[in-house]
Amino acid sequence: MEYREQTLFLDGELTKYTVPALNDEFLKYSGQIILTLDLQKVTKIDSAGIAFIDEMLTKLKLDPNNSLSMNEMVEIAYSTFTSAEIKPVKVENKLDFFTQIGSNSTKFLQSIKDGLFLIADIFYWSFVGIFNKKGQRKGSVIQQALFIGVDALGIIALLSMILGLILALQSAAQLRQFGANIFVADLMAVSMVTEMGPILTAIILAGRSGSSIASEIATMQVTEEIDALKMMAINPIRYVVVPKFHAITICIPLLVTASTLIGIFGGLIVAVTYLDLSATVFINRVFEILTLRDAIIGLGKSYFFAWVIVIIGSYYGFNVKGGAEGVGKVTTQAVVASIFWIIILDAINSLIFYFNV
Amino acid sequence: MKKPIISIKDLVAKYGDKTILENISVDIYPQEVTVILGSSGCGKTTLIKNILKLYQPFSGSVKIFDKEVTSMDEQEFDDILSKVGMLFQNGALLNSLSIFDNIAIPLEQHTKLSKSVIEKMIKVKLDLVNLGHAINMVPSELSGGMKKRAALARAIALDPDILFCDEPSAGLDPLTSASLDDLILKLKNLLNMTILIVTHELASIYRIADRIIFLDNGRLLFNGTLEEAKQTDIPEVKTFFEIGKF
Repeated sequence: MEYREQTLFLDGELTKYTVPALNDEFLKYSGQIILTLDLQKVTKIDSAGIAFIDEMLTKLKLDPNNSLSMNEMVEIAYSTFTSAEIKPVKVENKLDFFTQIGSNSTKFLQSIKDGLFLIADIFYWSFVGIFNKKGQRKGSVIQQALFIGVDALGIIALLSMILGLILALQSAAQLRQFGANIFVADLMAVSMVTEMGPILTAIILAGRSGSSIASEIATMQVTEEIDALKMMAINPIRYVVVPKFHAITICIPLLVTASTLIGIFGGLIVAVTYLDLSATVFINRVFEILTLRDAIIGLGKSYFFAWVIVIIGSYYGFNVKGGAEGVGKVTTQAVVASIFWIIILDAINSLIFYFNV
Repeated sequence: MKKPIISIKDLVAKYGDKTILENISVDIYPQEVTVILGSSGCGKTTLIKNILKLYQPFSGSVKIFDKEVTSMDEQEFDDILSKVGMLFQNGALLNSLSIFDNIAIPLEQHTKLSKSVIEKMIKVKLDLVNLGHAINMVPSELSGGMKKRAALARAIALDPDILFCDEPSAGLDPLTSASLDDLILKLKNLLNMTILIVTHELASIYRIADRIIFLDNGRLLFNGTLEEAKQTDIPEVKTFFEIGKF
C-alpha cells in the first residue's frame, strides 16, 4: 500500500488472508486526503478484498463510480461482490409497550383455548378409543405401557426405597427422644400412601415419559410426520396420544402402589434395625392407621398427575416452533410445566380433602 | 496435463458390513465443474462424505491439494477444510441462529477480518443467492429452496478453493435453479473455484458440467468430459442422457 498525490495505491493480493494486515496499514493513512483508490496492480482479489474496498470507500466517503481505478480482473470481481448497490433490509418496527401487552395477552388467551381444545380432544378420543380401536396402531398401548410402566419400575422402586429409608431415619431420630418409636409406622404409612408415593412416581414419570412424549410429538411435528398422518385421514391425537394416555392410565396406579409399598418397606427396615420394633408390630400399626379414604385419595390424584403429564407433553409437542432447537426447548418446557402442575394439583387436592380434617 | 486438486485411489467405503463404494479411483481437476451422477443410493453422497472425512474411508487414499487426508490429524485437516465449502442436501443450517449468524460462522472462525468487512461479505453472498431480505430470519422461517440458497451462501462465504454441492437444484424452481447454475459458473471463473456437484438435473448438467463421474452400485462406471459422456456406449450412462432423469 502506498500513498501519492491524494491516491492510495494497492498492489499484490487482496484476499481474506491479506485484508486484516492491509486494514491496519490503511488506518495509518486516515489523516491523509485520499480521493482515489488505485487497484491497477492488484493481482488477486476475492470477496473479502472487495468488502475491504467498499469499507475504505465508506470510511473515505468516496463515490465508487469515480474514485476507483481498476484493472479488468478487479472490475469483474467488483461488479460481482460489491455491497455498494445492495439495498438495506427494512427492519420491522418494534411493538410499543401497550401493543406488546395486548399481543402477549392475546397469545396467552389463545394458548389457553388451544390447551382446552387439546384436553377435550384427548379425553374424547381416549374414551372413544376404549370401544373403537380404529385409527390406532395395533399393540401400541402395550408397547407404551412397557415403556411408561415396566421400564420405569426399577428407578421408581429404587428411589422409593431410598426415600422410605430417609423419611424413617429422620423421623426416628426425633420420635426416639419421646419414646414414640411406634409412630414411625403411622408416619410412613400416611405419608407414603397419601403423598410421597403418588408425587414421587409422578415426578419421575414427568421427567421420563413427559419428556419423551413432548420430544416425540415435537419431532414428528417438525419433520411433517403429523401432517402426513392428517393427510392419510388419521387423527394424530388418536394415533399418537391416545395409546400413551391409555398406557399411563393403566400403569400409574400400579406404579404408585409399588412405590408406596416399597417406601413403607424402607421404613420397616429402619424400624426393625434402628428402633427395635418388630416387623409384626410395624405392619399391624400400618394397617391400623390407614383408611380406605387415604388409599383412594392417593391413587385418585395420581390419575390426574398422569393425565397432566400426557396433556402437557402433547401440548408442547404439538406447539413446537423451529427445528432441532425447538424440540429441545419444548421438551424442557414440558417437564418443568408438568412438575409445576403436578404440585399445584397436589396442593388443590390437599386443600379439598384435608383442610377441614 | 493439469495436476489434480483431489485425487482418489482405490477408495472403499462401508456402512457396517455393507460395501457402498468399491475401489473408486478418480481425479478431480482444478477450476472444473465435475458432476457426480448415478441412480439413487449408488454412493454419490457417500463419495463426497468420504472425501471430506465426514465418514472415515474403509481403505484407499484421498489426496486434497496433494496431501493425503485419510491419515491426517484433525488440526491439519481443519486447514484443508477452511479452503473447502460444502452445500449439504438439506442445507444443514443451524436452526438456532439467524441466516446472518449462520454465514458469519466460517468467516469469524477462519479469518481475522473486521466485523464490518464480514458484514459486507455476508450481505454480498446473500445478495448473490437472492436472499438479501432474509438476513435476519431464522432457518425455520424459510422455505426449502430458500434454506438451500442460504446454505450455499454459507458454503461460499470464504470463497473456498473447492466447493462441494449435494443436489443444489433439488426442490428449486427452474428459474432459481438456472440462476444458481449461473452463480456456480461465475464463482468458478471469478475465483478459480473447483466445484464438485451431485445432481440429477440434466438441464443443469448441460449448463455447468465440464467433467462427468458416473457411479453405479458403488462402482465407477464412467469418468470423462461431458462431450464424452454424451457419446459413450455404456448403457447406464446412455440411458441417463436419453431419459434425462433416473
